[in-house]
Amino acid sequence: MRRTVVLALPLLWMAVFFLAPFVIVLSIAFAEAAEGLPPYAPLLRWVGDGLPVLQLNLGNFQLLLEDPYYLDAYRRSLTVAGISAMLCLLLGYPMALAIARAPERWRSPLLLAVMLPFWTSFLLRITAWIGILQDAGWLNGALLALGLITEPLHILYTDAAMYLGITYGYLPFMVLPLYANLVKHDTALLEAAADLGAKPWRAFLQVTLPLSIPGMIAGFLLVFIPAVGEFVIPELLGGPGAQLIGRVLWTEFFQNRDWPLASALASALLLALVLPIALFQWRAARAR
Amino acid sequence: MLRRLLLLAALSAAPLACLLTPSRAAAQDRVLNVFNWNDYIDPYMVQRFTQETGIRVRYDVFDSVETLEGRLSAGRSGYDIVVPTSEPTFSRLARAGAFRPLDRGLIPNLANLDPVLQQRVATSDPGNRFGALYLWGTIGLGVNADRIRALAPDAPMDSLALLMDPQHARRIARCGITMMDSATDVIPTVLRYLGKDPNSTDAGDLREVERALMAIRPFIRNFATGGAIEALASGQTCLAFAYSGDVIQAASRAQEANRGVAVQYVAPKEGAQLWFDLLAIPADAPNPEAAHTFINFLLQPDVMAAITSHVHYPNGVPASRPLVAPEIANDPAVFPDEALRARFFTIGPVPQAAERARNRVWARFKAGR
Repeated sequence: MRRTVVLALPLLWMAVFFLAPFVIVLSIAFAEAAEGLPPYAPLLRWVGDGLPVLQLNLGNFQLLLEDPYYLDAYRRSLTVAGISAMLCLLLGYPMALAIARAPERWRSPLLLAVMLPFWTSFLLRITAWIGILQDAGWLNGALLALGLITEPLHILYTDAAMYLGITYGYLPFMVLPLYANLVKHDTALLEAAADLGAKPWRAFLQVTLPLSIPGMIAGFLLVFIPAVGEFVIPELLGGPGAQLIGRVLWTEFFQNRDWPLASALASALLLALVLPIALFQWRAARAR
Repeated sequence: MLRRLLLLAALSAAPLACLLTPSRAAAQDRVLNVFNWNDYIDPYMVQRFTQETGIRVRYDVFDSVETLEGRLSAGRSGYDIVVPTSEPTFSRLARAGAFRPLDRGLIPNLANLDPVLQQRVATSDPGNRFGALYLWGTIGLGVNADRIRALAPDAPMDSLALLMDPQHARRIARCGITMMDSATDVIPTVLRYLGKDPNSTDAGDLREVERALMAIRPFIRNFATGGAIEALASGQTCLAFAYSGDVIQAASRAQEANRGVAVQYVAPKEGAQLWFDLLAIPADAPNPEAAHTFINFLLQPDVMAAITSHVHYPNGVPASRPLVAPEIANDPAVFPDEALRARFFTIGPVPQAAERARNRVWARFKAGR
């Protein structure tokens, strides 16, 4: 009995805050755009003698598959998110490892340093990068003063600035799960490897790295999934060519006022992310 | 950002001051919910409204018209006064039935509005049924003339060719070109530049627009709408396609900063697109009576003069002009002369399919492919 209650609570939470909104979005995706408030026609209509008629419009999903514009945006978003997650992994792994191997009294302050940026608004921190990267910004000022460059570098509004922003913004999501994994490793394993003649780098490759795979996967997903739909960073730092799915969704919703197509885009994105991950989880669970 | 915070601080202080005055206690229940553009009012005038009428104002700001449209489209926005731009937002929302018709009997000051401008707005609001003209302006070029002259001495400073002619744009690109990020605001101007009807939805015309835009695409550094103010004022960019008031604000900011950046607004001689921001009352406004009172209050010449002096956009009340701060009243960029005004044009609504086609051209233009 108590077990049922304990299980029911999170399920209820999921139903109310995840499933219900998704069903609403999905139902709008099957509607047809129309002038009015809200700007789409209802799915359920009542004809003359009180008979309900359910009209589903599949045209939006068909358009997503047929028009290369949308597929292109999906592909670009997945690429950007994948590269960003890899960058976070490359930067975050040494950080997490250093914190995990630091003397115990240092770990808390170091972890705090990783989380400290969260105390400032995300938007403010990304905006701060504009001040650093712009032509007359701090970075160019420093490089010019050092005589390393003679003309300011155009970094702001390029893909490089976008990747920098995403990597910066999501790095803590990589470091924290990796640290949680790495700190639990038994140091006796490394000592044993050393006793058996393994050099430190070999011990790392054959002991630490394989053991930290779950942490890497967790960190990768925590960065990758939100980065796919990232809207703010490409808008503020990225170049005009960055037509990512977040921007395309925004255009459909706000500028074309096509709520059904925007909803179809959002549903398709969610399914494209959730299905492979669910499949992966299911296979991982079966392998165990 | 800072200015917005100061504004909010000032506005939140206003009702507090009223609470301390016991004689007004009875009127405290009345609240007016305003949703306006950021930096788009003289905060002191909001205070004065509360002092005169006892109606408390809850003031909220947006920085893109899409935010406003999204909220009103979803319904039950909770606002009593909103300030959408005539095209495309106002006219779409009016057609969708999002506004309550103005009760002209409650707004005697509607008579203060310029009849010529009223007539122009009528393309978006037939019969001026739903909207009262608040502020207006044009779309044109923000120019850092010194730096442009240094790079392209022969380029015409008063023409859209500065931006649209690849020969000029190529050279100016070195000091930065910023393009407004809005298909509805840019495409009509380009149509006009190409000698077409700015309201054209013809596919062939649109292809020509795309070709013209693509020809200058390599020379555009970034796309920004609100950000154009900062980019111009800091010298980050030396040519921007932007709203008149934004450029004028950038010019005064550059002057304040005193770092050798001088910015001016150019309404192109080919004709600049006029836009209007209208005061409107949502159909489901909780307090429409107070909303009418507020519109009537704003349309007084001295109130409008204070607002124009503060935000550097012209208003729709001609009698306010002598009361506007002289440096703004005499600025031809704020109040253009008759010859220039004669070449201004207004745009009308376009069907949804044409709108999507325009936005698609825009997306390709931005992506540069």
